Amino acid sequence: MNLSNGKGDRIFGVVVVLVAVAYGVAALQFKQGFIVDPVGPKTFPLIVAGVSVVCGLMLIVKPDPDPEFPPLRTVGTLLMAMLTLVAYAYAIKPLGFLIPTAIAAAILSYQIDPRAKFAVAAGLGLSGGLYVLFKFVLGLGLLGVPKGWF
Amino acid sequence: MDILSNLALGFSIALTPWTLMLAIIGCFIGTIVGALPGLGPSNGVALLIPITFSMGLDATAALVLLTSVYYGAMYGGRISSILLNIPGDEPAMMTTLDGYPMAKQGRAGDALVISGVASFVGALFATIMLALVAPILARVAYLFGPAEYFALYLLAFSTLGGIASKNQAKAALASAIGLGIAMIGIDNNNVTRFTGGNLHLNDGIDFLVAIVGLFAVSEVFVFIESHGRGSALGVKLDKVTVPWREIWSTRWTMLRSSILGFIAGVLPGAGASLGSFLTYMMEKSIGGSKAGFGTGVAKGIAAPEAGNNAAAGGALVPMLTLGVPGSGTTAVLLAVLMTLNITPGPTLFANRPEVVWGLIASLLIANFVLLFMNVPLVKIFVKVLTVPPALLLPGVMMVSFVGIYSLTGSYYDMLLMIAFGVMGWIFRKLDIPTVPIILGILLGNAMENSLRQAMTLSAGDASFLFSSGISIGLWVAAVTGFVAPLFLRRIIKKPTLPEMEVPDHAKPID
Repeated sequence: MNLSNGKGDRIFGVVVVLVAVAYGVAALQFKQGFIVDPVGPKTFPLIVAGVSVVCGLMLIVKPDPDPEFPPLRTVGTLLMAMLTLVAYAYAIKPLGFLIPTAIAAAILSYQIDPRAKFAVAAGLGLSGGLYVLFKFVLGLGLLGVPKGWF
Repeated sequence: MDILSNLALGFSIALTPWTLMLAIIGCFIGTIVGALPGLGPSNGVALLIPITFSMGLDATAALVLLTSVYYGAMYGGRISSILLNIPGDEPAMMTTLDGYPMAKQGRAGDALVISGVASFVGALFATIMLALVAPILARVAYLFGPAEYFALYLLAFSTLGGIASKNQAKAALASAIGLGIAMIGIDNNNVTRFTGGNLHLNDGIDFLVAIVGLFAVSEVFVFIESHGRGSALGVKLDKVTVPWREIWSTRWTMLRSSILGFIAGVLPGAGASLGSFLTYMMEKSIGGSKAGFGTGVAKGIAAPEAGNNAAAGGALVPMLTLGVPGSGTTAVLLAVLMTLNITPGPTLFANRPEVVWGLIASLLIANFVLLFMNVPLVKIFVKVLTVPPALLLPGVMMVSFVGIYSLTGSYYDMLLMIAFGVMGWIFRKLDIPTVPIILGILLGNAMENSLRQAMTLSAGDASFLFSSGISIGLWVAAVTGFVAPLFLRRIIKKPTLPEMEVPDHAKPID
């Protein structure tokens, strides 16, 4: 067994087995509902957990060759993108559509192609253009800027 | 003459200005979505679902719009295959084999016209067959009880995983993950499961959130990782003329490929990619070595395009009649139906004929619209290819967010969507298919309920699951569909595609 290649699948397989076992244990606690049926709320989740454990073990025993994992820098960029999006999800309601969208779109654009001017233009253009499209053409109820600004 | 009166009903709906306009808009957006590398039919439709619902379209209108996008994307996929040697979506992969060489010879215009006509022949054939075959299959579906449906769902998972994936364990795991996610929430017997006490999860995870996350958001992550490599700017296309003689010379190729493609599409799990692959291989072996496949011949473009468009229509048959999708995109379309509160299956044909036949009539019209857009107007869509990814992908991301936000209005669903996006990116790295996950989330509750109903009927006797001819047949097909590819893969090796750069983001989900 060549342990150096296939690390990705092996690690993933271990994660799958652990999660599936926890899932199965959680399923064992379910009590029958109001109407009692022979299958009950446990059986199907237990089957799913069982299949997952078998598949996870298969990945550990027979992993595929590793894909090309991105260098650490790229992982950092992706984390940054993810955090941007999480912040965006929290910001869009209190801050309105226009400002968070311009910032988030500009950051993403810069991450795909690091040209600062283009990214700023893309952010502003997307924010304004999509707002007009959604609000006035499609008639969605979006809030442009925080309440009370105008 | 049932069909004629049904079609008349359909056309009376499809020809209203409102529906007609939606079909045209859908075709236009769809062709753009298909042409853009990285956006295929499934993520294109996924992106548009939440917005369509926020607009409050009724069932027929929403369905017409989104299936027009689906058909349009199937037409549009060929454009970047031919001009950039990058398939716009996976089914258009085989079109690069002869399309790109032809474009290099300075005949890009001819290639686009031939493939456009082939797409039209395939899609039109499939739509007509859909109108003929679907009602018959819907009648057969009346014979299905819970035990049969349970076996049918199993068949969908096993063939989708078995045929479409390289590693059986990973495909099965993906299905299990989807089914596991579907269990979250309150079941139909008022038992709360796997919510961890989080009230947001009581209704379960909205499948639209999962679909947009897995298909659209993960795509953006892939692009950030690759820094938009593989997109090409400055494509040129000279005058477009119609090479009548060459098109006529491919008439039998188009017809044969349409038939084979349609069959491949109807089979669960096979889908459009297999359709184009099979038809190309068939025509190549009929033509022999003298035909020059791979060097830029008309038949090499006509076969896969007729094949994949016919398969796209064929894939609608099991989705509409049985509620079991055969491919990633039809899984997304099933999500559309479920969100509209329409239960696909035989009752759909009996109770909501206006939806089914309005859809079929609209698809017929959409084909003519698409032929017009994709042959005389193809230059417009070629321009779209020059949109830089650094503008396009942030746009896709923002549209995903607005869609989910205006649909649910909750930051929690947006966070879930990001989580699914990250999950989709990791899974694509590890070569774990994401379509079975979606299928699992969509069908999980129905599958569990059919098992519970079957066991209630039989008072817990498991042999009831194998008690009818239909269910035994389905079980056998399911096991074969899952196991057979293991052996077939050794015998039939996919021909290695000639030097072709397929960046990660250009091999999305059927």
